[in-house]
Order: sequence, then structure tokens, then C-alpha cells
Amino acid sequence: MNDTIDVTVNGEPRVVARGATLLALLESLALDPRAVVVEHNRTIVRRPRLAAVTVAPGDAIELVHFVGGG
Amino acid sequence: MTTAVETIRDVPFTIGGRSFHSRLMVGTGKYRDNDTMARAIEASGAEIVTVAVRRVDLDRTKEEGVLYHLDAKRYFLLANTAGCYTAEDAVRYARLAREAGFNEFIKLEVIGDQETLLPDVQGLLVATRTLVAEGFKVLAYTNEDLVTALRLEDAGCAAVMPLASPIGSGLGLLNPFGVRTIKRRLTVPVVVDAGVGTASDACLTMEQGVDGILMNTALAAARDPVAMARAMRLAVEAGRTAYLAGRMPKREVAVPSSPLEGMLD
Repeated sequence: MNDTIDVTVNGEPRVVARGATLLALLESLALDPRAVVVEHNRTIVRRPRLAAVTVAPGDAIELVHFVGGG
Repeated sequence: MTTAVETIRDVPFTIGGRSFHSRLMVGTGKYRDNDTMARAIEASGAEIVTVAVRRVDLDRTKEEGVLYHLDAKRYFLLANTAGCYTAEDAVRYARLAREAGFNEFIKLEVIGDQETLLPDVQGLLVATRTLVAEGFKVLAYTNEDLVTALRLEDAGCAAVMPLASPIGSGLGLLNPFGVRTIKRRLTVPVVVDAGVGTASDACLTMEQGVDGILMNTALAAARDPVAMARAMRLAVEAGRTAYLAGRMPKREVAVPSSPLEGMLD
């Protein structure tokens, strides 16, 4: 069994470890969980639950933050 | 306020149960650099500052989030749904913004046309109803149409934000009558959003009696954004004070200011 899976992060294909949680994904991308909001298959996952949600093959994950705007 | 206007007693600027001193709200987009942005916002005296929700740049080639350059404790951050063309998208962005942010306020934009960035008022109403039901305080960017403004108020908006002219155009207040009518007929605050280009535009807008102005490009695209921010702060204050002072009636004939009596033979 392959030990990695294919997911989509911010619209781009990414390979992550099988069984990785959303928190582990953020860590692998060197992102501070306090500085981003995570949307997992169109559902917002709050910070305390990031370590409880496991990423599955084909999942779509969006990582957003605030940028300059009017 | 300076001593010259101490006789003018203004009501607090309150939106969604929160009161603010400054009636000028500013955006954070399009500045040439973050230091200029931070200094311009400071010079504007604004307390409410808008931000947008976007994907994190995973390659880190671009700048970091705006919060690295803006003290979130000092300013009241108002997230927007800029760039959304459907009610569904706008609701999605609003939910993400609430999660990222510090409050339940959202500046709701549902754009209907790419060239003019004019609002899709039907989408706006649909999104407003959904967001109000979810507990959001909705500040809706709309056009200067009275009936739409009334519907938005009915739908539960915390504030209605008619445009002065299209976003980023700097054309100034094109329809003072429309904006004035909206202000006269609505109970919720009316904040003019978009189109103000220079200080006289801001002053004229505030003279219509609206509760505040939100601007971005007028500062960011000025040759000297910090100086323009100061000019806008003064203009908003001047326009508000002039409105409260009550202007003289316009007459199409001259009326002498000096006495007619006591003239020499």
C-alpha cells in the first residue's frame, strides 16, 4: 500500500502522508494554525479539531487568510 | 474635534451595536508597500479597516497576510467578500472571514458585472438573508437605488453602503440625490462605499448627511497616500460638521452682505 495520498490544496495537487491530519498538513507547509483558516471539502474545520481530522485521497483543502482589500 | 466646532454636538457613529469615533473607514488594498499602508491608515484616523479573504500563498513568493503589518488590537477589522459573483460564494467567504477574524461583521459584496463591478442586488439580498440568519452583522455594498436599500434594511443589514461611483474609479459622488434619499429613508446607518477620489468628494459626500465613508483606492493610488489620508480625515470631519451646522439656502440672486444703510451721498 502506498504511504502517500493525492489531495488538492488551494487548487493545486499535493502529495501528503497517508493518515496525515490537517494539523500535520499545516506543519508540513510551515503554516501557523493561528494564522490560517482551514476549509476541508467545503466545511470549515476549527483550530481545536485540526488534529482530529484525517485527510483522505481526493480531498479538497483550502487554506485562507486576510490580505489587503477594500 | 477642534474648539471651533465645540458647539456642534454629534451623535456617536454606531454600527451593529458598536460605536466609533471616526466616520472614515479605509481599505488595505493596492498600497505600494505595507509601511505606506500602515502610515496612511494611521494618518486617516480610521478605526474600521477592511481586509479581504484569499488563499495563503503556499510558495511564499508573495507577501504574508495583512495582519503582519496591521495591529489587529488597534483597528476593528472588517472583512469583505470582494471578488464574489454569487450569493453562495459570498456566504462561503463570509464564513471563512468570521473564522479568521475577530468579529461577526462582514462587508458584503456580490458583484454582478466585471467591467463596472456594480452589485448584483438580487444576490446581495439572498446572501444578506442567509448571513443575518447566521448571526452576521452585514454591511452591504450596493448601488444608490432607494428600493434596494430599503429591501436590504428589511433583510436585516446592520448598515447599507451605497456607492458614490464605481469601485476604484475615483469619479466622486455621482448621485447626491440618490444617496441623500437613501439616508433620509433608512433607519440603519448609511455609509458611502467606493468612488471617492479626493478630499472634496469626501466632504461633499458627508454633507449629504450620511453616517460615514469607506475608501481604499483614493488613498492607495494617491501620489502621497499618507498626505491624502490626512486630507480625507479632515474632509470627512469638515463635511460632517457642515452637515450638522446646516448650510445656508441657495439663491439664484445676490443678497448683499453689507448694510445698505449708511452709504455716503
